[in-house]
Amino acid sequence: MSTAIQLPPARYEYGGDEFVFVELDQAMSLEANFKGMAITKALRELDMEGVVDICPSNASYMIRLDPDRLDPRELVAELERLEHSVGELPSDYVLPTRIVDVPILFDDPWTRETLMRFRDNHQDPSGTDLEYAARINGYDGVQAIIDAMSGAPYIVTMLGFVPGLPFCYQLVPRDRQIEVPKYVRPRTDTPERAFGFGGAFSVVYPVRGAGGYQLFGIAPAPVFDSTQTLPDFADDIVFPRASDILRYRSIDMTEFERLRGEVEAGTFRYRIREVEFQPAALLADPDAVNRELLEVLYR
Amino acid sequence: MSQLNVVSGGLYTTVQDRGRPGHYRIGMPPSGAMDQYSCAVANLLVGNPDDAAVLEATYIGPRLEFTDRRLVAVTGADAPVTLNDEPVEAWQTFAVGPGDVLAFAMIRGGARVYIAIGGGVSVPRYLGSRSTYTLTGIGGHQGRKLADGDTLPLGAAGDGPPAGSAVPEDLRLRFDSGIELRTVIGLCSYRLTEATLQSFLDTPWKVTKDADRVGYRLRGGKLDFIEREQPFGAGSDPANVVDLGYPIGSIQVPGGDEPIVLLNDAVTGGGYATIGTIISVDRDRIAQAKTGDQVSFTSVDLDTALAARARRRDRIERVRGALRS
Repeated sequence: MSTAIQLPPARYEYGGDEFVFVELDQAMSLEANFKGMAITKALRELDMEGVVDICPSNASYMIRLDPDRLDPRELVAELERLEHSVGELPSDYVLPTRIVDVPILFDDPWTRETLMRFRDNHQDPSGTDLEYAARINGYDGVQAIIDAMSGAPYIVTMLGFVPGLPFCYQLVPRDRQIEVPKYVRPRTDTPERAFGFGGAFSVVYPVRGAGGYQLFGIAPAPVFDSTQTLPDFADDIVFPRASDILRYRSIDMTEFERLRGEVEAGTFRYRIREVEFQPAALLADPDAVNRELLEVLYR
Repeated sequence: MSQLNVVSGGLYTTVQDRGRPGHYRIGMPPSGAMDQYSCAVANLLVGNPDDAAVLEATYIGPRLEFTDRRLVAVTGADAPVTLNDEPVEAWQTFAVGPGDVLAFAMIRGGARVYIAIGGGVSVPRYLGSRSTYTLTGIGGHQGRKLADGDTLPLGAAGDGPPAGSAVPEDLRLRFDSGIELRTVIGLCSYRLTEATLQSFLDTPWKVTKDADRVGYRLRGGKLDFIEREQPFGAGSDPANVVDLGYPIGSIQVPGGDEPIVLLNDAVTGGGYATIGTIISVDRDRIAQAKTGDQVSFTSVDLDTALAARARRRDRIERVRGALRS
């Protein structure tokens, strides 16, 4: 993060007649994500007739449009204009967002049972996903990689796959990023609320279903609630928002069971604090910014 | 109480309408009728508004008992339809009364039948739509496919065309062997060599048994990715990219040998390279492809895609005009 990443010119592609896909970079970086967030925010503010969905993604973004009301070529011309007018992120740019405490029970019995059932789909059938990830990332055992994952917070760089799934990118320099492959062949089953990792991204699976990410743990609290029962879901059926900062805190079984009880009683609330996040400050001194973020969260 | 009794749910019958657009950014696909043309025509035949909900039945249709007087129409796949064991014509308006039973024999051509009922299936709207999205159990009837013994609420029926009104022959579906899917090549197609891309277009692909509202998995060839050092964050498989958005109708090739076409209930994003997108109108075509059918991809440009869309709109207006006269 100390050296600024220069993004290549954006690549504009038509996804048939209803979609425009824009790749800002083939590689993941916070610079690419922030650029995509800035362009999509500017587009949202334009409130263009015929734009149906604006989907910022990790190092790209995608727009769904109604071609009966908006010519896709006209949209691309506007997006190109925004690419240049948004330009480089100013060094004093401040992103008002929230930091959230997301408890995770790592190495739990439920995801362990699932991953053991799908050993044949995995790169290394001899151990668990956590043991494999610790080894290929050079950590001295499972606890060391858990400490690294729960040590520094993540930023939500994309929502998608299924409703409410947050793709999260850790706020640490690239040489400290954990990276793992996706399963050789995707699983046909993943427990609801499983904490997974694929490429450089961590996720919480909102619902039970297929999945290809390494399975490391499980969250007691949901990220998706179609009935909007929990207070944190009063405004929306999904909890995470793009650019939220999430801290994955390692918890034990006692706390997991207590929090599950709160979820089932309908009283669970995420610990949330409003923060003014400064991307340039993070890129300059990530450890200092992360310390401040966690101080605000647990103050 | 106006209701519809589901005597038998058939193989996979769901409540669908035009869909639930506008929630892609949180990861929710639009769902909705897979064959939008047949859905729109079915609604026109019974005098429903364009956004009324119909039943979409895959392969084996349901058995339905009516409890009051209604107009009904069946479109989409070619399957013999009966009312109280007497044959009735598809693509035509017919009247039903209390106790009448609508039933289907096995499908002869196509894959999905659409059943419109005057007044529409009036399950509660969820986020503005009655479409079923089974993965998260929302919309439709309890968020799931219909089961034997279900009852569905029906809306108040307005005036419809007189019984016997028919869609002109040239505006009905035809089921030819070999389904051509017009495709805008692009997205991450740079991951394939020119020769591989050409072989993708030249290959006759077969629809596997993994073909449903989420997507169609195809078999028949092998595609090679260009060797590269994987970009940071993508994961080590050559088919992996940094997770990105998937257009509806986009094609991905996870293992190099089984292209997947994503459809109305698909995942909205992920980490596999996409190589192109079938044009919106041809989602209607693939919706009528069944396991074992042959499909092929033809490269077209955006103008062709937009012209095809205008032509479908024109066909729907011609049906509307024909039923009015």
